[in-house]
Amino acid sequence: MKLIFSRWAGATLAALALLLAGCGPATDTNVIKIGEYASLTGKEATFGQSSHNGTELAIDELNAAGGLLGKTLQLITEDNQSKAGESQTVVNKLIARDGVVAVLGEVASSRSLEAAPVCQNAKIPMISPSSTNPDVTKTGDYIFRVCFIDPFQGTVMADFAKKTLKVQNVAIFTDVKSDYSKGLAKFFKERHLANGGKVGAEFDFNGGDTDFKAQLTAIKATQPEAVFVPGYYTDVALICIQAKQLGLNVPLFGGDGWESDKLVEIGRDAVEGQHFSTHYHPDVGTPKSRQFVDAYKKRYNAAPDAMAALGYDSVMILADAIRRANAAEPAKIRDALAASKSFDAVTGMITMDANRDASKAAVILKVEGGKFKYLETVAP
Amino acid sequence: MSEFLQQLLNGLSLGAIYALIALGYTMVYGVLRFINFAHGDVFMLGAFAGYFLAPKVAQVFPPGSIAGALVVLVTVMAICAGIGASIEYLAYRPLRRRPKLTVLITAIGVSLFIEFTCQHRLVFGASPRTFPELLANKTLHLGGLTLNTNQLVVIALTALLLGGLSFVVQRTKVGTAMRAVAFNEQAAALMGVNINRIITFTFALGSALAGAGGILFAMTYTKIEPLMGVQTGLKAFVAAVVGGIGNLPGAALGGLVLGVVETLAGGVQGLSNYRDGIAFAALILILLFRPAGLLGRAQIEKV
Repeated sequence: MKLIFSRWAGATLAALALLLAGCGPATDTNVIKIGEYASLTGKEATFGQSSHNGTELAIDELNAAGGLLGKTLQLITEDNQSKAGESQTVVNKLIARDGVVAVLGEVASSRSLEAAPVCQNAKIPMISPSSTNPDVTKTGDYIFRVCFIDPFQGTVMADFAKKTLKVQNVAIFTDVKSDYSKGLAKFFKERHLANGGKVGAEFDFNGGDTDFKAQLTAIKATQPEAVFVPGYYTDVALICIQAKQLGLNVPLFGGDGWESDKLVEIGRDAVEGQHFSTHYHPDVGTPKSRQFVDAYKKRYNAAPDAMAALGYDSVMILADAIRRANAAEPAKIRDALAASKSFDAVTGMITMDANRDASKAAVILKVEGGKFKYLETVAP
Repeated sequence: MSEFLQQLLNGLSLGAIYALIALGYTMVYGVLRFINFAHGDVFMLGAFAGYFLAPKVAQVFPPGSIAGALVVLVTVMAICAGIGASIEYLAYRPLRRRPKLTVLITAIGVSLFIEFTCQHRLVFGASPRTFPELLANKTLHLGGLTLNTNQLVVIALTALLLGGLSFVVQRTKVGTAMRAVAFNEQAAALMGVNINRIITFTFALGSALAGAGGILFAMTYTKIEPLMGVQTGLKAFVAAVVGGIGNLPGAALGGLVLGVVETLAGGVQGLSNYRDGIAFAALILILLFRPAGLLGRAQIEKV
């Protein structure tokens, strides 16, 4: 019996070894492989799609201009369906099977936090285009981002509540399933209290829920002057609708998780007049930004949003690092990325700080006539 | 006080949807002693059928009219009845003489098959969609309470369907046959009841209710996606168990209890995160003291 078992085990091991050998990173000397994981479908699909569009545009522009170091860039994209657990799987696949030299992704902080340890352990640099939770880059020295972080965004919105909305008593409604939402809520609360404001109610929901009436009814009973909802657009749209149905007619406002056409499509008139902060608006910006907007519109027949611009920037800063490193090797790319200074990007100047975060300005947008209207820029 | 009443109202309208889906679970269980785990997915398919049908119906009837909404509802119920009957024919009937566990596991397989097929981009895709407005949703104010016409429609329709179902099961020939099959399949067959036809009818009827639930859910919450049936279906199943599985009024009561408990828990600061957990904990308590459910009667198992 024992003999049979060990023979089987031996055969299995041999088969496994063969399989692994077949799966090993293919080496093609004329291409530089770059991996991307994104939420192309699912709950936050528009984030992944926008970011992917920007990423693809940047890759194609670089290749049209002759590639990098005499090699062509190859983008390998994996969809994580906006689901927990998937990012780790697909990033493992990108690194182990496809042999990418760098990884781009994700928008949602929870999913970036999931993939970051994989990249860190494999020593493959990862650039998150738009995850704002501070913990993402704390994973290790191979993790970067090209956007601002939530301690700043929370400050911006707390100041906005005080100066523009002129409200004191604010209720906070947090998505406890999302690291992004929890972080942003915390930083908003700290600044709002420091500003002399009051947090009358703090309620939680689970991202993906459909019924928010229980919490909203209780929030309404505390008579807030405004409600801060640091969630993602699908949930936010339903929250705005149900708040309106319950007669909770105070301003609702949030962060960059709101920015999606789906917010207006689902929320319709319930999101009208609400405010949120984000990274970028095509109406304002540098010549570089205008160039990007034109190229994007020509290719996709739509105006880019912040996720698209940040996706584009994540590729461009990576390309800059590869050029400066003069090698497509993960460790050298990492060092070059960490040394990025005053890089002229679509969403503003990017300098990597000691925490590998970009320090940048935020913009505040208002939903007006089903469109996002630019209101103001807040510098750090 | 008005906050409590408002929460009660929110809970009842949420519970009414659970109740409607729970009716389907409990009826199939009552007849076949088998839990159809694909029920929540038929609920989802119903919502999507409505999503694709509503714009077509809106070309004939003015959008937002009661007639149009009724046409959509009835057609979707018919479509879902067909889906339910097909699932039974394709997946469960070949296993009729096998152990109950085989069928149960097959049901889970059918459920996963539907969920993941529908998430494929060539079918519905995984992205949420916005359900069109079937009925104009007006907000009414009663004292300090706000309620929507949709909430009233949901509660009224659930009551109506529960009444209709009880009538079918208790007063019609086919209902008598259903009860006969539930009581003793072999004896019913000897009395000339066509067992296969009755079982197909049971599935069709249960699935039609799930379809109606899907439409009502989509009307109320406007967002639909291929996995919407998972959590809602689970809650409806629990509602059926709490009410006493196999018992029709019990399923309705269980749904309402679940909806109200969940909503009341969600309205407490610091507990709102645990609303589902608290609802399920309350249900465990109920089952501890009444193992057969609120309205269920304990049965002695034949060994």
